[in-house]
Amino acid sequence: MDLEVLIENTLNVLAAGVTIGCIYGLMCIGLGLIFGIMRIVNFAQGELLMLGMYASLYLVTGGGVLAFLGPYVGPFVGALCAGPIVFAGGALLHKFLIARVSGLRTAGSIDDGHFGQLLVTLGISLILQNGGLIVFGSSPQTVRTPLASRAFELTGFYGDATVFLNKARLIACTVAIITAITLYLVLEYTRLGKALRAAADNPTAATYMGIDVDRAYRIAFALGCGITAVAGGLMATYLSFGPFIGLDYVIIMYSGVVLGGMGSILGAFWGGLTVGFVQQCSALVLPPQLQNAAIFVVFLLIVMLRPQGLFGRSAERA
Amino acid sequence: MRQGATARLRRDGIALAVVTVAYLAISTFVTNSYYQLILTLVPIWAVFGVSWNILSGYGGQLSFGHASFFGIGAYTVTLALVYWNLTPWLGIPLGMVAGAVAAVIIGTPTFRLRGHYFALSMLAYPLAILYFLQYFGFQELSLPMHRENPAAFLEFTDTRLYTVVAIGLLAAGVLACMLVENSRFGLALLAIRQNELAAEAAGINARQWKMRALTASGTIAAAAGGLYACVLLVVTPDSVFGLLVSAQPVVVTLFGGVASIWGPVIGAAVLVPLAESLNAQLGSILPGIQGVVYGGAIIVIILAAPDGLFWTIRDRWFRRALPPPPPALPAAPAPSRTYVTVSASVPLLQVTDLSRSFGGLRAVSRVSFTVAQGEILGIIGPNGAGKTTLFNVLNGVLSPDEGSAMLAGQPMLGRKVYQVCRMGVGRTFQVVRSFPRLPLLDNVVVGAYGVGLPDRDAVAAAEQALRRVGLLQLATRQAGQLTNKQLRLMELARALAGQPRLLLLDETLAGLGRDECEDVLDVLGKLRDEGMTIAIIEHTMHAMMRLADRFVVLDHGAVLATGLPRDVVEDRAVIEAYLGKKFLARQNA
Repeated sequence: MDLEVLIENTLNVLAAGVTIGCIYGLMCIGLGLIFGIMRIVNFAQGELLMLGMYASLYLVTGGGVLAFLGPYVGPFVGALCAGPIVFAGGALLHKFLIARVSGLRTAGSIDDGHFGQLLVTLGISLILQNGGLIVFGSSPQTVRTPLASRAFELTGFYGDATVFLNKARLIACTVAIITAITLYLVLEYTRLGKALRAAADNPTAATYMGIDVDRAYRIAFALGCGITAVAGGLMATYLSFGPFIGLDYVIIMYSGVVLGGMGSILGAFWGGLTVGFVQQCSALVLPPQLQNAAIFVVFLLIVMLRPQGLFGRSAERA
Repeated sequence: MRQGATARLRRDGIALAVVTVAYLAISTFVTNSYYQLILTLVPIWAVFGVSWNILSGYGGQLSFGHASFFGIGAYTVTLALVYWNLTPWLGIPLGMVAGAVAAVIIGTPTFRLRGHYFALSMLAYPLAILYFLQYFGFQELSLPMHRENPAAFLEFTDTRLYTVVAIGLLAAGVLACMLVENSRFGLALLAIRQNELAAEAAGINARQWKMRALTASGTIAAAAGGLYACVLLVVTPDSVFGLLVSAQPVVVTLFGGVASIWGPVIGAAVLVPLAESLNAQLGSILPGIQGVVYGGAIIVIILAAPDGLFWTIRDRWFRRALPPPPPALPAAPAPSRTYVTVSASVPLLQVTDLSRSFGGLRAVSRVSFTVAQGEILGIIGPNGAGKTTLFNVLNGVLSPDEGSAMLAGQPMLGRKVYQVCRMGVGRTFQVVRSFPRLPLLDNVVVGAYGVGLPDRDAVAAAEQALRRVGLLQLATRQAGQLTNKQLRLMELARALAGQPRLLLLDETLAGLGRDECEDVLDVLGKLRDEGMTIAIIEHTMHAMMRLADRFVVLDHGAVLATGLPRDVVEDRAVIEAYLGKKFLARQNA
């Protein structure tokens, strides 16, 4: 009997770890794009996640334009639509703020402009958080879907052990994986993707090859914002959120990206998956207050053992 | 102390005295306890900023997790008071010790990481501590009141006294920072920030200095945290370990000016009152608006003054004329290092069967050669022949796969870069590695400090090195303003300042015009006449023919030929490697 409960709990936690991990993975890809291509530490990434959640909320509830899709399909289409909206916002942010403290303008300066970038993204983060409080209010919200309280029940593993797969999370996870694969294919096989990777590798050389590096950076930044926003929209279906939720997730995103190895998009996904997995699995052995501490401990351990990240490579020339 | 330290210390000391007295004078007239609290918080956050500045500003090791030390200070003071009834007057020093210990514990593993990885890993520590504290039930701790003898427990009914203590702490912190900036500690940190590998190659033990910076920084941050707990009388994990606490020293320092004593002070003096008054004035009308205004203010100022207020203001209004070059002193008696002389039969450098691969590529493959005392050995070979890799293995940047290298009978391999430098091996790089913001003289002094010369001797050695390469008249010029040739000579001087017995020069003539080449060749020729032993990598054949006593030719990582220049250039294999088979065939036809 005890063994049965143990197996049931373990399987449930593993299932939750994988589904939530995939969504974290998508979220981390957004940051990984910005970090990997532009080498900018963007502290406002959590707020972009928050914007994605609210964008989806306003699209699908009340009198939103997607309300006609109903509570089953609407929330997921809403999440996907949050992407382009935040993409546009990200492009504007880059044009008017980020571009002034990054890119070719600061390449080769003493700290490559990192100090300025830090302050600007911190400022943006403060404005978005508090602006969100003014515009959206402080009461917690969710994009309600009846699917969030339904689950597929899988049996037949061991005795009466049952695995519950939350439907909302499962669909969100599927959408996340599809989005991630699409993005990967775009980056790997299109001209745009090649331009982005070239700009990441060596901006000066890319310029000589006729690549508009400034535009490439703008697209990378906006794309990073949009992807994280999609993940936000997906999370909004099973999570209640407020204007300050970004603070909780920006750390998780950075853990994932560093774990995966900076500059590796695929790595960012695996890194995010690892973080989500560790977070859920720690529920088996640790009290809930220590779940997040577990992430940091695992994070520190992995980084110490493999300073270049799980999937990254390091190279320096003398 | 560094060159010009006395003048700087006097100037900053006077400024510090004036600021302290003026601040105290203002605060005695403030009776409103809320404003008084703001006046107390400004110096506390400024001290926190100062501590961050030592590690991240001067040393360039960005830390996003300084709340670890701040929080440890705050919790040590609080827990000591609650459980042992220990007065904060002793609790704060205890907290500083705890901060220093924490810095060593955190730094030891984390300094294995560099750049962004280091910065982001630091972020994880305070958050992990935060969750553990919450778990162990230290959510909210109040400091117990002591009504009989409050002052003995750092509790004052007249809140102005808190400001006095805070400003005292600030003065101590700024003083400590002044001492760091003007000593070899500060110069080592500035060098590490600007170019870690160059600093190591000049003999600076980067890891040790970084550890010292983190320890100093953690100690000061813990003091700030301890006092903060006493002022607020209540601590929670979020209020001392939270993300926003870690952000605070970063923001005030970047805003005020990185790597400047006054940066954190200016930043705190502007931002803390701004944030607090926005909270008080606007927070009640429309929650959130204060954050928007604050964030907006930060963005606007950083776009207008990207290096922080201090540097921007100084560059705009106080740009001093170039300080005059130092008076042409009669050649100062530079101390010279003495080495055990090698008998003429033993070569100074003996490399045997050295190999190094990158994956499947054997970049250096069983290379053997010798360099005799007083000889100039030219190492030539086509691009990708493994010349730079050879140097990198020799001076410890890369580890060898096999083989040995002996300097005067002592093994060179398996040592760290700075240790190889201290054995008496100077190195220059293919791409010049300078410290662009430092004056030329300081760039060179780094090399003298690196091998452990005391202050006075270091400056004398640096001046002598500059004289030997003919740059002494530019000693006060910033390295960033020098021409390519001058930078090449500067790097040479930096290597010379460590008084090496062997110089490894990597393409010293690269990118120079014909006349410039001649100038550098003259300097090298003079060094040879003075008895310096040099191994030099070079492409320019005519320059090498003039300079080198002997050649080693590398191709595909292996030694192709060795010998006198005349013999080597007529060697068929060498001509083939350089000019190709077709050339050879055509010549024979």
